[in-house]
Amino acid sequence: MTKPLVVLKNVQKLFGDFVAVKALNLEIHEGEFLAIMGPSGCGKTTTLRMLAGLEEPSTGEIYMNDQVMNKVKPHERDTPLVWQSLALFPFLTVIENVEFGLKMRGINKSERKRRALEWLEKLDIIEFADRDISTLSGGQKQRVALARSLVLEPKILLLDEPLSALDAHLVIRMQAVLVQLQRELGITFVYVTHSQSEAFAMADRVVIMGNGEISQVGTPKDIYRSPQNKFVAEFVGRNNILSGTVFDLTNFGAHIKTVSGTFSVSLKTDKLLKGQEASFVISADLVHLSGSNPEAENSVHCKLISEEFVGSMVTLFLEDKSDQEFKVQMQERELSKFDLKPGSDIWLSWSAQSAHLLNVN
Amino acid sequence: MNSNRILNIVLAAYVGAIFTFVFAPILFSVIFSFNSQRFPTIPLGSFSTEWYVKILNDPDIWQAALNSLIVSSSTAVIATILGFCTAYSDFRYNFRFKGPYLALILLPPTIPLIIMALAMLAWLSKLGMSGQLWSIVLAHSVLTAPFAMAIIRLRLNQMDPDLESASWNLGGSEWATMRYVIIPFCKPAIISGLCLAAAVSFDEFAVSWFVSGLNKTLPVVILEIVQGNIDPQVNAIGTFVFLISMSLVILAQIFFVYRQMKSTNT
Repeated sequence: MTKPLVVLKNVQKLFGDFVAVKALNLEIHEGEFLAIMGPSGCGKTTTLRMLAGLEEPSTGEIYMNDQVMNKVKPHERDTPLVWQSLALFPFLTVIENVEFGLKMRGINKSERKRRALEWLEKLDIIEFADRDISTLSGGQKQRVALARSLVLEPKILLLDEPLSALDAHLVIRMQAVLVQLQRELGITFVYVTHSQSEAFAMADRVVIMGNGEISQVGTPKDIYRSPQNKFVAEFVGRNNILSGTVFDLTNFGAHIKTVSGTFSVSLKTDKLLKGQEASFVISADLVHLSGSNPEAENSVHCKLISEEFVGSMVTLFLEDKSDQEFKVQMQERELSKFDLKPGSDIWLSWSAQSAHLLNVN
Repeated sequence: MNSNRILNIVLAAYVGAIFTFVFAPILFSVIFSFNSQRFPTIPLGSFSTEWYVKILNDPDIWQAALNSLIVSSSTAVIATILGFCTAYSDFRYNFRFKGPYLALILLPPTIPLIIMALAMLAWLSKLGMSGQLWSIVLAHSVLTAPFAMAIIRLRLNQMDPDLESASWNLGGSEWATMRYVIIPFCKPAIISGLCLAAAVSFDEFAVSWFVSGLNKTLPVVILEIVQGNIDPQVNAIGTFVFLISMSLVILAQIFFVYRQMKSTNT
C-alpha cells in the first residue's frame, strides 16, 4: 500500500456534552474511493467537516501529507467539498460558480475561464455555461457542484451525500460518472452516505460508523459477507442474525444452540468456548428454499409473512415457530417454482460455510 | 358561492375605503397644488403652476431641499451599514443575551417620535453637537437602521448557511467571502434598505425639527410656512416630497420582491 494521504489519529469531536465522534483512527490512501457509511447522527458528516477544516477536532490529530491540519483554516486547505445542499451560489452563473475557487486563488481571468470551460466540457454541461443556477435541473446542478470542486485539481475530494436529492435513475447515472471521474483523475474520494447501494457500488473501501465510532472497515464484499459485529450485520440489512450459546465444538467449527434450533457454523478462529454466547449471520441470498424437509444439518421450518419484489430480485420475510425472523433473497424466476402465499409453509436451509460468526461486543 | 361573492364585495370595499382614507388627502394636496386660488376650497379655480414657480424661485426652499437630500442620502448609507452589520452578527453568531441585543436594536421605531426627538436634542446639545446638519444625520441613522436591518436580516434568513462555508472551502478568506458571497447575496436587500432608510429620513419631521437648528429640511420648512399663513406652496412642496418618498419605497419593494421571486423560481 502507498503512504496514507490522510491520517486521523484518536480524533474526537464534542459539541457541548454530546460526543459526535469518539476516538477515530483511520488512514485514507492516495487514489482510493473511500465511503463512510452509517445511519444519521453517526458522526460521518462531522468527520468529513473535520477533514475540510469546518470543524476542529476536540482532541486527536488529523494529518495530511504528514502535516498536522487541526488549526489550518478551511480556506487554506485544498479539500473541496461537494455539499448535500450543493451550496451553489445562486447569484452567479454556471461558469462563474465554477470559476469561484480559482478566483479566490488569484488566478487571472482568461486562465480561469479556460479551466472552467474545460471542466464544464468534461462534465457535459458546457451548453449551460452562461445560465442562471436556478434554471438547471437537479442532475445538472450536481454536475456544476462537481465541476466547481474539481476545477481546483485537488488531491482529495470530499462528498457529503451528494446524490441524496436526485431521482433514482439519476443516482445510478451519477454513480457511473463519479466512479469514472475518480478512476480517470486518480485522486482520493471520501464519500459520506447513508445509502448502502451507493457505497457498495462505488467504493474501494467502506467505513461503517455507528454512534461516533468505526464499526468496521473493509471492501464492500468484506462488509457484506463478513460483518464483524451485530451493528454492521443489522445495518447492512438483508442478513439473518441468530443468537444463542455454543453447544459444542467440533474439529471444523461449532454447534450453536438458538431458540430456532441448533446450527453448525464453520470457524476461522478457535477462540470460542463452550457455553459462551455467540451470534452469527447468514446472508439472505445464501439461504435455500425447499418445499419439504431437506433433512439437512441447518434447516428451519418457517411460515411466509410477506414478500418484497424489486425487479428481478425478491426478498421473502419469514418467521419460524419461535417468532425468529428470517429473510431470503432470490431471483424471481427461481421463486416461481414454489407456489407461495403469505402463510405458506416452507423449509429454509444453508451450509455451515455460509454462516458467519460475529464478534461479541 | 353567493356568500363568497358578498364577502368578496365587502372585502374589496374595505380595501377601497382604506386606500381612500390614506390617499385622498394626498390626492387633494396634489390637486390644490395646481389650483390658482389661495384657499383650498371647492369649486376649484383655474389650473395654475403658480405655486411651483414660487417654490422654485425661493432660495430657502432650494436650501432645504438640498439639506434634505444630503441628510437622507447620508442617513441611508450609515443606517444600511449599521443594519447590515447587526443583521449579519445575528445570522452568523450565537451569543448570550442575543434576544435583548436584537430587541434593543429594533427599539427606536417604537419610541414616540416626539420623545425620541426631545431626547436626541437634550443629548446632542449636552455634547455640543446639536444644530448641525450631521446632527440630523446622526439621529436619523438611529431611527432608520432598524428598517435596513430588518430587511437585510430577512434576506440572510433565506440564505443556505452552507454558502458561506462553501466559499471558505473553495479558498475564500472570511473577507473575500463577505465581499463575493454575503454582500452579493444580500444586494437586493441592501438596495431596498438604502431606499427605505432614505424615504423615512427624507420626510421625517419631529426629530429634524428639534435637532436641526438653522439647517432646515423640507418637512421643517413646510411647517414653518403653514405656521405663518395658509399658502398653497405647501401643497406643491408636499407633492414633491410625496413623489420622492413613494419612488424610494416602490424602488425598495421592486428590488426586494422581484429578487425574491427570481430566487424562489426554480
